[in-house]
Amino acid sequence: MDMAPADTDGWPGALFDLLKAHDIRQVAFVPDAGHSHLIRRCIADPAIKAISLTTEEEGIGLMLGAWLGGERSVLLMQSSGVGNCINMLSLGILHRTPMPMIVTMRGDFGEFNPAQVPMGNATQTVLEAMGTLVRRADHASDVVPTVDATLRMAFNTFRPTATLIGQRVLGAKTFGKD
Amino acid sequence: MAMKSSGTLRRREVVSTLLSDRGELLVIAGLGAPAWDITAIGDHPRNLPLWGGMGSAASIGLGLALAQPSKPVLVITGDGEMLMGIGSLATIAVAKPANLSIVVLDNEHYGETGMQQTHTGFGVDLAAMARGAGIPRVSTVRTENEVAPLRAAIHEGSGPLFAQVKIDAESLKLVLPPREGALLQARMRESLLGAEAHLV
Repeated sequence: MDMAPADTDGWPGALFDLLKAHDIRQVAFVPDAGHSHLIRRCIADPAIKAISLTTEEEGIGLMLGAWLGGERSVLLMQSSGVGNCINMLSLGILHRTPMPMIVTMRGDFGEFNPAQVPMGNATQTVLEAMGTLVRRADHASDVVPTVDATLRMAFNTFRPTATLIGQRVLGAKTFGKD
Repeated sequence: MAMKSSGTLRRREVVSTLLSDRGELLVIAGLGAPAWDITAIGDHPRNLPLWGGMGSAASIGLGLALAQPSKPVLVITGDGEMLMGIGSLATIAVAKPANLSIVVLDNEHYGETGMQQTHTGFGVDLAAMARGAGIPRVSTVRTENEVAPLRAAIHEGSGPLFAQVKIDAESLKLVLPPREGALLQARMRESLLGAEAHLV
């Protein structure tokens, strides 16, 4: 079952253009259906190093390394992956490193899978507890401006930031039990 | 109580050789003893000694190596720190940064917390794990005469390279680097990018 959001709303393609406009050179990710379009575009772009991770926390380290070397990076992940990053987020606070994250939400709006709810419900709280600046996009038209804002705040004010793309935008996976 | 390791190399002698005639070398050191070791050899703007983020050293090295592909990047870390971020070896093997080297100073113990044994003291083979991940150049270093060739290999840029260096479990005097993370980050950026680094 393909859960990738249809490109009819335009935001997955527009997010790629936004990453290019912000001169993002390294895109780290653990795949999520909601990010599948963006990941495909990043892999296909020779000017972007698209790095598939074994766990999201590697992406926090990668963003620090990229910034040390003068490149801008971003981390794409599902809300469950935020839990894997908690201690690593210390690095962005300690070093004042731009660490923009784009998070697709599960356990958030009409969830079917009970296992997704604890982390999905805690995602924003956990990020904010670790000093990350968080903004949400719950309508398709909000996605691009919100990601733009959190990218700007990461690179202009030197800190971890996150846009949470709500499950209301992405649609809830139903496991065939519509 | 004296702690035993199967290794005999002296950690600061190894690090001193690896950092000799360092040229353009960029160094990330895992938290704890590796951070004190690189600082004991001489603090440097192109050193990033970590104070936290256990398990992240190799991933930081990857991001830096990708951003600065013409410069050799060396991650020096401990066996406990490497075990915590072991999956990053697979990520690095797939990304294939030729300029990245990871050297694990393996004393088979958690040195900062009371010298409890790590898994490497029970036979877990980090070099085999790196090989299994697909890192193309992997070695286990046990003798002094292997250290200078390792230093040369780090500068060759034909990696990614992984070396497990079996060291004695000695506890040495702490030599602390600056604790201000913003300073540590800014000085490396400035040394690579000039004053422009702060105006982006």
